[in-house]
Amino acid sequence: MTKNVALLNGVNTHPFQSLDLHHRHLLPAQIVTTKPLLQATGLVKKYGVIHAVSNVDVLVYPGEVLGIVGESGSGKSTVLRLLHLEDQPDAGKFYFDVSNDQSLNLFELDRAAKRLVRVFNIGMVYQHPHLGLRMKNTSSGNVAERLIVAGNRNYAELRLAARKSLQVSEFPLARMDDLPSRLSGGMQQRVQLAKAIALKPKLLLLDEPTTGLDVSVQALVLDTLKRLQRESGVSMVIVSHDLGVIKMLADRVMVMRNGRVVECGLTDQVLEDPQDAYTQQLVHAKL
Amino acid sequence: MIILQVRNFSKTFTIHHIGRQVEAFQNLNFTLHKGEFVLVSGANGAGKSTLLRCLYRTYWPTEGKAIYRSCYGLIDLAHAADIDMVRLRSEEIGHVTQFLHARPRVSALEWVAEPLLHTMAYEDALELARTWLRDFGLKAELWHAYPSTFSGGEQQKVNLARALAVPRRLLLLDEPTASLDALARKALVDRLAQLKAQGVAMIGVFHHPEDVAHLIDREIQILAGPDGHIEMDEDR
Amino acid sequence: MQTLDILVPETSGYSYAFLDEFAKRELRRRMLKAIAIPGYQVPYASRELPIARGWGTGGLQVTLSLVGPSDVVKVIDQGADDSVNAANLRRFIVRMSGAQTTTDTTLATLIQSRHRIPEEVLHEQQTLILQVPDPEPLRAIESNISKAREMHGDADYGLMWLTLYEQLVRYKRVTLGASYPVTVHGRYVMSPSPIPRWDVPKLHQAPFLTVLSAGREKRLYAVPPYTDVRPLEFDDVPFRVENQRNWLCFRTGEHNKFMNEIPLAGGNAIYEISDSGYVNKRILKQPVGNTFFDDNAKFYKEGVLHD
Repeated sequence: MTKNVALLNGVNTHPFQSLDLHHRHLLPAQIVTTKPLLQATGLVKKYGVIHAVSNVDVLVYPGEVLGIVGESGSGKSTVLRLLHLEDQPDAGKFYFDVSNDQSLNLFELDRAAKRLVRVFNIGMVYQHPHLGLRMKNTSSGNVAERLIVAGNRNYAELRLAARKSLQVSEFPLARMDDLPSRLSGGMQQRVQLAKAIALKPKLLLLDEPTTGLDVSVQALVLDTLKRLQRESGVSMVIVSHDLGVIKMLADRVMVMRNGRVVECGLTDQVLEDPQDAYTQQLVHAKL
Repeated sequence: MIILQVRNFSKTFTIHHIGRQVEAFQNLNFTLHKGEFVLVSGANGAGKSTLLRCLYRTYWPTEGKAIYRSCYGLIDLAHAADIDMVRLRSEEIGHVTQFLHARPRVSALEWVAEPLLHTMAYEDALELARTWLRDFGLKAELWHAYPSTFSGGEQQKVNLARALAVPRRLLLLDEPTASLDALARKALVDRLAQLKAQGVAMIGVFHHPEDVAHLIDREIQILAGPDGHIEMDEDR
Repeated sequence: MQTLDILVPETSGYSYAFLDEFAKRELRRRMLKAIAIPGYQVPYASRELPIARGWGTGGLQVTLSLVGPSDVVKVIDQGADDSVNAANLRRFIVRMSGAQTTTDTTLATLIQSRHRIPEEVLHEQQTLILQVPDPEPLRAIESNISKAREMHGDADYGLMWLTLYEQLVRYKRVTLGASYPVTVHGRYVMSPSPIPRWDVPKLHQAPFLTVLSAGREKRLYAVPPYTDVRPLEFDDVPFRVENQRNWLCFRTGEHNKFMNEIPLAGGNAIYEISDSGYVNKRILKQPVGNTFFDDNAKFYKEGVLHD
């Protein structure tokens, strides 16, 4: 209460009087008291001499959609792969609100434990369906795999769960037993999505989920994502070079360039009042 | 009860590629009480809309503070964490603009119902959305069409229905009456009066302030130029 | 008078049972490890033998490193004791070890087999050696052996069930025939060598030791006595053996033993029991031991097969 009075009286108690633009996103939350779902700090990933990701922090709250934008090679997909525990970073920590042990750095887990975290808590949709789907298995089988890996050994239940999940992602059920290679791009993305959400994960990672789709299909997939996010409250990190996609879905945006975060803020703020020179360029280049 | 207290509020745009700084407004000071309706006036380009956007944090305020009394306690909107702003926007602070940013392939009805879904079931939200669209006079045959195909006036009706359907503590109104027909304008003014009576604090920019004249408690005038400041007209 | 005999080297150059002592010790050590970790594939140094890879060299090396002069050896090829391959192996083993040989399952101490487990129940004093062409059950779903080993290490077997799922979706039934994958001791998924599904339940809680060995692939693995061996199955789609209920052996008139189908001109077929040692005893009216499946196709242990 004393703090509040001080604020009203105009006494500056805030530590960020003149803010470094790039660190505004580190402002501590006052109203939202829930713990972040995901907290990755100091991520570094090098490929040889190339610094794909340099000292990137990612913070995602429950139910929030974070967008990551940047041109090709900015390191945004690498960040996503690190968060999906597919790649091991050269430095960095990754806390995820999955267990009782909040101080557990997921990067230190062994391969099998990482796989379990991934299976039960994180869903991923790739730009290229062949990265996320088994093309030689049926679409329903691709979805059912998640539940099988999680230990379900009941065929009828697997069928039902696959059907439900495909339905939620608005996939035409008449084609649920077709091979993904026989499906259109939009339908393949829906299968990926159904697979990703089959176990109701807390976090959904989307790597350019609508890039390469027709504009009309893109709109439908975006709508599905939005509805899903609203109904299930799943947190999302969506990577895209398409500012329109980010604008439709994200609450907050991180702008990346050359492996670094150049700006981070509320989506409309970053798009309408970009502070960084590069972000201004990027926003003004939008068609 | 003070809902909003703005101190030394300034906004300067920095345009990097031409290396220029453009000042919008300088050193604003004012307060806004519960249930109060404040008109922001000033010449074109004085920064009226910019002020509202700075309060909504679509723009980053360059200097100063905007202490807002939320149900969670006091918070400086100029320095609040992004996630706090996300929360406040979905629960307490509404921003009514002239622009419609509907997602493609979402019907007008669903677009209006969407913010309601946080607190109610899908069918209830649709029902309420129908009520609002009817009140603002959008033709029923358009409810299931995509708003991006609408005329300016129709889009504005959808916009208003969406923004005003949810209960708010603070409303930022950026020319809500623009491009509205007389019927819709009346519906809007009635709704604003109703909200004011419920204690919602409102600050707005109006093309034709006479539309809402009977609601206005005070007027804040932003003066153009580098030393622009505010004049408060308490008598209005 | 000098003959060419002096030019022939003495046979004493061979170790007992052909393999040198180092080779046999290697095999025995690997077998001990395999027994200690049921179902786990242990790599070993597979030796050259006077038969070609793929003709039972894996099984033969195990047999040669286990056999002693007092052993009684039975060699089976697809159920038959009298095929060329079985006869060759049997003669080689006996010649190199001085062991006795038999075609009677109940009398044998070591049974080397390709693709079958005999019909008569084996007991604790017997060892079954199965020849394995492909020891890796994950081969079909993961062609990269290093990755497959990681999957074994993590017990990451979900994709095996996905294979079953796909078959049920496409064909309404599981179409895996021979080499039906099994989980051993609740941990490793193992290929039981290309035995028919009929023989798979025989491994579950079996009183005998089973050693499976692949000479070309240089891996061996084992099922120790009284170990759980469960075929992969869904809770609601139980594992089933081949349905041969209406098949009748034309030589013995028996039902419900695993049959060979002999096609006849004109499209018909007749059937004979695949286990030739068992058939011979029936024809000669000799007593036979307990069989795994009785005449009503009931398995000798309760609760192994759902029906």
